[in-house]
Amino acid sequence: MDQREFSSCKACNEIFALVEQDKNLTAFHRAEDLKPCPFGSQGLCCKNCAMGPCRLSTKEGGTKRGVCGATAATIAARNFARMIAAGAASHSDHGRDIIKTFSMVASGEAEGSGYEIKDVNKLIAVAQDFGLSTEGKSSQDIAKELAPLLVAEFGQQEGELRFIRRAPEKRQALWRELGVVPRGVDREVVEIMHRTHMGVDQDAENILMHGTRAALADGWGGSMLATEVQDILFGTPIPLRGKVNLGVLRKDQVNIIVHGHDPLLSEMLVVAAQDPEMISQARAKGASGINLAGICCTANEILLRHGIPVAGNFLQQEMAILTGVVEIMVVDVQCVMQSLADLVQCYHTELITTSEKAKIPGVVHIQFDEHHALDIAKKIISRGIENFGKRNPNKIILPKEEMDLVAGFSHETINYMLGGTFRASYRPLNDNIINGRILGVAGVVGCSNPRVKHDHVTTTLVKELIKNNVLVVQTGCAAIACAKEGLLTPEAASLAGDGLAEVCEAVGMPPVLHCGSCVDNSRLLIAATAMVKEGGLGDDISDLPLAGCAPEWMSEKAIAIGQYFVGSGVFTVFGATFPIMGCEEVKELLFNKFEKITKGKWAFEPDPIKMAHLMIDHIKAKRAALGIEKKQERILYDMAMRRALEV
Amino acid sequence: MSKIIASAAIRGAYKIVGRAETALADALAKYGPQQPIEFPNTGYYLPVIYGISGMKAQKLGDLPPILHRAKSLLPPHPTDRVWLPYLGHALDAGMATLFADEIIEIIKYLEDPVPYTISENCPDDGNFWLGAADDVIMRKRGIEFVDGTAPGFAACVGACPTNEIAVKIARELQEKNLYVFMSADTHGRSMAEQLKEEGVQMGWETRLVPFGKDITATVFSLGFATRAAMSFGGVKPGDYSRILKYNKNRIFAFVLALGEVDDEKYAQAAGAINYGFPVIADTDIPQILPTGICTYEHVVSRIPHDKIVSKAVEVRGLKVAVHKVPVPVAYGPAFEGERVRKEDTYVEMGGTKTPAFEFVTMREMHEIEDGQITVVGPEIDDVEPESRLPLGIVCEVAGRQFQSDFESILERQIHRYLNEAQGVFHMGQRDINWVRISKEAKQKGFKLHHLGDIIHAKLHADYAAILDKVKVTIYTKEEDVLAWREIARKAYHFRDERIGSLTDEGVDTYYSCTLCQSFAPNHVCVITPERSGLCGAYNWLDGKAAHQIDPTGPNQPISKGEVLDAAKGQWSGVNEFIFKTSRQTIERFNAYSIMEDPMTSCGCFECISGVLPMANAIMTVNREFTGMTPSGMKFSTLAGTVGGGLQTPGFTGHSKHYIGSAKFISAEGGLLRVAWMPKALKEELRPMLERRGKELGVENLYDLIADEEIATTEEEVIEFMTRVNHPALSLPPLF
Repeated sequence: MDQREFSSCKACNEIFALVEQDKNLTAFHRAEDLKPCPFGSQGLCCKNCAMGPCRLSTKEGGTKRGVCGATAATIAARNFARMIAAGAASHSDHGRDIIKTFSMVASGEAEGSGYEIKDVNKLIAVAQDFGLSTEGKSSQDIAKELAPLLVAEFGQQEGELRFIRRAPEKRQALWRELGVVPRGVDREVVEIMHRTHMGVDQDAENILMHGTRAALADGWGGSMLATEVQDILFGTPIPLRGKVNLGVLRKDQVNIIVHGHDPLLSEMLVVAAQDPEMISQARAKGASGINLAGICCTANEILLRHGIPVAGNFLQQEMAILTGVVEIMVVDVQCVMQSLADLVQCYHTELITTSEKAKIPGVVHIQFDEHHALDIAKKIISRGIENFGKRNPNKIILPKEEMDLVAGFSHETINYMLGGTFRASYRPLNDNIINGRILGVAGVVGCSNPRVKHDHVTTTLVKELIKNNVLVVQTGCAAIACAKEGLLTPEAASLAGDGLAEVCEAVGMPPVLHCGSCVDNSRLLIAATAMVKEGGLGDDISDLPLAGCAPEWMSEKAIAIGQYFVGSGVFTVFGATFPIMGCEEVKELLFNKFEKITKGKWAFEPDPIKMAHLMIDHIKAKRAALGIEKKQERILYDMAMRRALEV
Repeated sequence: MSKIIASAAIRGAYKIVGRAETALADALAKYGPQQPIEFPNTGYYLPVIYGISGMKAQKLGDLPPILHRAKSLLPPHPTDRVWLPYLGHALDAGMATLFADEIIEIIKYLEDPVPYTISENCPDDGNFWLGAADDVIMRKRGIEFVDGTAPGFAACVGACPTNEIAVKIARELQEKNLYVFMSADTHGRSMAEQLKEEGVQMGWETRLVPFGKDITATVFSLGFATRAAMSFGGVKPGDYSRILKYNKNRIFAFVLALGEVDDEKYAQAAGAINYGFPVIADTDIPQILPTGICTYEHVVSRIPHDKIVSKAVEVRGLKVAVHKVPVPVAYGPAFEGERVRKEDTYVEMGGTKTPAFEFVTMREMHEIEDGQITVVGPEIDDVEPESRLPLGIVCEVAGRQFQSDFESILERQIHRYLNEAQGVFHMGQRDINWVRISKEAKQKGFKLHHLGDIIHAKLHADYAAILDKVKVTIYTKEEDVLAWREIARKAYHFRDERIGSLTDEGVDTYYSCTLCQSFAPNHVCVITPERSGLCGAYNWLDGKAAHQIDPTGPNQPISKGEVLDAAKGQWSGVNEFIFKTSRQTIERFNAYSIMEDPMTSCGCFECISGVLPMANAIMTVNREFTGMTPSGMKFSTLAGTVGGGLQTPGFTGHSKHYIGSAKFISAEGGLLRVAWMPKALKEELRPMLERRGKELGVENLYDLIADEEIATTEEEVIEFMTRVNHPALSLPPLF
């Protein structure tokens, strides 16, 4: 295959044009070489016991049951549920680590670590959600009371996760009726593993209902806890400018790349990289400065809070090494390719793992310790500075491509940007949806996946959506894809339909809003709930003219996210591939029946334009159900009508 | 494009805040931080700052933290490319501007002379800029925004291309019952100056209010709006979100940007948009059409002058209900206060110069024909300019629900009905009425016949529930007028006898008034024949008629039930009603006592009576009095204590009329307990005080009541009481 077909990313293509082809060079190349397992990709391979692995067939006359007698539906549902478990576990364990650091700050042991409480308002809001009185208490005292309650959410055995109450009333009632309100984060994950063990739950719908419960424990539990506590510790994002793509790497500077998902260390790297002493060390070695850049969701975390440039998304981790200018790539957890270990052998780049949960043979490991985070960060940067002189000038391929972006659209920011300090609300958003300038809202999230043309699916879809006046909210690597195309600049309003463009101009916002990392999909749940609560668009998330999608997904976390959106009442389309397509029964369940159960459902469509129109059609149907599909008459208010308005 | 507006507004905000900083530094250097500051006669400090932030500014030294708050709201300037969202920033800049405006304006009140005329209406000569509205004006005018008499206001910023256009726009706004607030200039000209040059009468009475020529005077419009939310919306200071929402949903105001819009004007506009008030411009400025902060569009531009008022009304989402009155002159409440000068008068009637009267009388349904308007005698065309005519207005009404008790209620409306026609002036009532019709009105085709048309149209509009037919006859021949006047006088006498004979004991039913529950949710007025509503606007007959007109409205009959305490005025039926209607907050109520379970007060009372404990007496102060009272509190402070639907023993709000009632605080000795009143109130009530004094056996009661010229402290009141041997000295102790 022509390498230019791998990606629509200009920086990637600049590199492809100059490096020698090798079937093991990058994930793009390996994906060419290694086709997906035909059974596994359809959800029909069961390896849950030693009687198998059993591979079922979709062909007439083929194998229809495993050795234990499990049907295709059981096997596909079990596999799907285990993906949810893995995804929910990843987000939630990330959240647990954040809360561990928060507990350290709360107990007053943070001195010298560099951590502190940055967003007191959010601390108070979360404390109040947990039923604490905050009146007259110091933030330290509030944190001290709050920390054990947050920790308990993971191990809680009975009752309900606290943030469930943030959902619209009607949604909560439905969850209770369905028995899917999560009890504790860990419990629901563990229970998936139990149910999907050989010979336990063999009713696909029953398995997937519990999958929903565990997914909700992620979205409204682990992920939301992670987001909220990260905001408390590091600040709630506000709009800021940033730059994206490999062009952000600097030839004359010490380039340190952070990659992964957990911002604990990277926050301290941000501080350390600005330390005058570190900078003078770098200068002493002939560099003009220290350039910190990010990849994947660690990038998103420090982009949103500090404007640190983004080198690229998931599929650019190897490309970054290929530039030959990266002194250090420091990784934490999730989405880190093992291939990096081999790749750095050909360059001066040092790869450093930092989490005891995520080690790679042959790679330097510097264990992260929240008590000494800043010191560790400085140590890492020092190694980078040392490494600067070891670059091989012949191996440098540094693309020029970089793009401006605006990011930082937390729920709080959206509130503020739509009305300022005094009129902050979602009213302008709801109003302009009701009056039809904005057709609806689409969440476009997820990863990048070498099985489809990198960035192309996501950006084509997003352009089609905004052209049709659909406001797009994004997280994760999908956001980075759009950023690279300039869709995250306010100037991109010119690509939007007239109505959306007009609202973007009024507010000064881009038509595509970057809301955070993949754990921050919880922000989208909060935003959807805020739209419901603002009024005029129904009384449940499932009433909103809203759809979600992950066009280039690849990780199990994406499945967990998709399921918690479906469980929260959102129509959710996945592209690339879908892991149950070999089983009609589970297809029927996820693509249709769930709409009757949770009022949300899945769909699969790899073509970006078709995917966009599935979402647009769904949004239009919701508009019709709300009675806002036609242009609204202007209502003129007399005194009696005014008295009826709430003040 | 919105970015241009946001950028300009933010630039303007920096300029105005900079001006405030300089002005404040100068004032602090000149007067020192202890210098007291206040807009005249208000309990709301600097109203925008107080309402939005809860900060009270009473002396210059209170202003630096407020300036600091304004500065902290100033956002970064939008960049040329890759800008950050600017709507929220621009709105914050707008609020910072309003804070700075108030700082600049309050400092102007330290100048000598103050650059504003402190008055309700513009003087004929000299400085016509009125500056901040005081609380008396705010209360009187603000209530019109609550009851819908005034649907909103137009903040007119700048000037029109010609005086003629300025007058046209002002008239059109007046005809829609909107208040017109004017400020700022365009190239040195202001709309108010244009109206002045054209001889248009300005002031609160005509709803054409010139605030100030400085751009910062625009804040008086928003100060008015902020106070309306606190005063009528019951919103607590500092609850900015509800203050702004109240304005968005109740006060239908908008900004007319007349002429070139500079940065400072954009900054004011951004401030106004926070309140949900959109901007309509006559120039080619960018537009902001998407909705959200305002009900509909935020900025609409390039509107021709002949369309600008109707466009503004549409953009604000306002339905103006104007009952079309078939007359060839402009008609509406805004014209009520307009005078017709002697030299402008075409024909004058009554006013002791010629015999005149006006009379409403009830007929059977079959006796009259609806809409029959007749002029018997010379019409306006039959007389020379500046002549006089006798005038008899006989209005015959019939309706299945009509009762003769309602005649006087309808008759009282004639004053307002006729006054609301531009070029018609009316004063007095019954047989002491006085009417002038201007030369301008005559020239526009106004005839005496139209007086009948107005009464016919308006009575139908306002009283459709109780009347079906209205016939009006205008008599202008002296013999007819004299003959009819005798008939009318008999009726007046009969009515006086009847209302005089109405006592609380003589009726079984009282009437409630809960009109004010929109802002004092627990307050219930109980209107008895001998105690009118505390706003002075409703007596028992009005309550009765209002109930007929709107059976489910705010005036409900209250069955007295069993008499629980005749002296204090407590009845079982009234207690039950109060308990229910006050949402279970008030259990008992004594109609005639100030000390024990007195009636609650909404906030609209004409007067407040309060106990002077050491003097064993009571003082009564009216709303118009702005000085200090012997209780140590000004009216505005007392009002804050007494209002809001609370029972405050020792204090009660009431009407002026109630002071003359035999039941006035009769549980504690009544009028004989009153030891202090403002002089103006005493003068106004003089005939009544003399009559009641006689009835109570104290002939010189008028002279025994101290006023502000005699006493301003309780000690001085006691001293005066002792000197004159005030009757309260021999009354039983209050405590």
